[in-house]
Amino acid sequence: MPTSTTTPTRSLMKRIGQTWGWPALFILPCFMGLGIFTYIPVLMSLGLSFSYWNLLGQPQWVGFSNYSAVLQDPVFWKTLQNTVMFVLGTVSLDVTMALLLALLLNRAIRGIGVFRTIFFLPVITPMVSVALVWGWLYDPNYGWLNAILQLFGVEPIAWLYDKQWALGAIILLQVWKGMGYNMVILLAGLQGIPTHIYESAELDGANGWQQFWRLTLPMLSPTLFFVVTVSLINAFQAFDAVYLLTEGGPENSTQVLVYWLFKNAFQFYKIGPASAMAYILFMIILTLTVIQWQMRKRWVLHEADD
Amino acid sequence: MLSTSLMTQDQVFQFPPAWYPHPLVWSNYIKAFQQVPLFSYFVNSVFVSICTTLGQLLFSSMAAYGFSRFSFPHKNLWFMAFLITMMIPPQVNIVPLFFVMKTFHWVDTYAGLIVPGLFGAFGVFLLRQWFNGLPKELEEAARIDGCNPWQVFWHVALPLAKPALVALAIFVFIASWNSFMWPLIITQSDTMRTLPVGIASLKSSYRDVTDWSVLMAASTISILPILAVFLAGQRQFIQGILQGGVKE
Repeated sequence: MPTSTTTPTRSLMKRIGQTWGWPALFILPCFMGLGIFTYIPVLMSLGLSFSYWNLLGQPQWVGFSNYSAVLQDPVFWKTLQNTVMFVLGTVSLDVTMALLLALLLNRAIRGIGVFRTIFFLPVITPMVSVALVWGWLYDPNYGWLNAILQLFGVEPIAWLYDKQWALGAIILLQVWKGMGYNMVILLAGLQGIPTHIYESAELDGANGWQQFWRLTLPMLSPTLFFVVTVSLINAFQAFDAVYLLTEGGPENSTQVLVYWLFKNAFQFYKIGPASAMAYILFMIILTLTVIQWQMRKRWVLHEADD
Repeated sequence: MLSTSLMTQDQVFQFPPAWYPHPLVWSNYIKAFQQVPLFSYFVNSVFVSICTTLGQLLFSSMAAYGFSRFSFPHKNLWFMAFLITMMIPPQVNIVPLFFVMKTFHWVDTYAGLIVPGLFGAFGVFLLRQWFNGLPKELEEAARIDGCNPWQVFWHVALPLAKPALVALAIFVFIASWNSFMWPLIITQSDTMRTLPVGIASLKSSYRDVTDWSVLMAASTISILPILAVFLAGQRQFIQGILQGGVKE
């Protein structure tokens, strides 16, 4: 009998509908989008990193040979070395500068909002425009930087065209662009520190320096932790400035991982090695993040109660 | 930059460099529009950024509301599946994403520029926090009055979430306006390029005889909308960053 068979199915459908109906309606569109544009590509990327593919025909399984090819390539190691130097340089300078600025601005002076806006503007400015202006500042013949240095008797430097200076020049640009973001977050962290603990420290005779090291830094450590984590991840993914200003040159001195990956994939069409590099990058970022979360307990105050 | 955009060619290349333009050469702006399809870059950027922003607001707020207000099996696991996408560097999936776009025939189209940017876990996370903080009584009253969950979401919860939505909108708009790598990869013809990619191509096509003042004029034009959006919603934007960041 059709009715007797459909009733249980119908009630099952109804039960599923009751549990899943509305949540599915709300969540599924976003989830499917993430599926098509994130989950599937990520898995494809993993597959491609173990394959040979020249864009024509079917990808062929080649095991770990892409990884070993990448790891045997001296350019990759140069790239990795540059990336590490770039990351260390940007993150340390960026966080230090942001902290100094935040400490300076953390006072009840008038017009503080204006300063905050000024330092935040580079963050929202497109990297293309920033790179254009800085490329011009760095210009060996017409740039302001050399013009200023010349006043102090310094010989003109070829900044972006000199393999000794190029990476440093890119780091400086990146720090200038990024520090406003960290500054805003650190400023909020500073304003969250209750003032009465400074008052009691002052009563106990602590000077400004001691207050900074013993009070401000420990109280700020959760915010600092966040700022360092995000900066690290971002610095590993730097691409725009290198693409726009040096294209990895001169002599690969500014070749960084993401740019090298991009070049391999979209200019050399070496899809396999590029995917392998993407996964190496992913693993580096993942490992660093995990290590940081482990260390978090040690150097971040009050995290034990979380 | 603004200063250079108003200089004559001779003045740009003068040494020591000039600090301010004399005379003011507004024609660099006209030149920028004449020499390159700056207007079409601009329209593309505006269209792509607005569509991405609206789409992301819709999908993120729906998913966030779903996670905040309904209970279903393994909810935390599903939410983790969302959050994990925030940890994947975009470069990991950019190569296959290009081939996904190819199978959809979306390379060099608006769909290719917009659709992959519509779904982001950050917005879901941010808005879920906000919905969790809203009192449920109002929504329950609306249910008793006969609204279905969608109507409650649309007419009650969303209007209450306006500050968070504004913050997310500014966030997504700026990210989309400035995004460089994906538009660079997915666009091929000049007519599809967005401003950042267009300006970059402008720079490389001239290379040795770069007309700096025209480039600077183009850059100035690329910054103005973002400046307006930022200044209009600065407070919400910075609060949004802090909410998404420090409370994580």
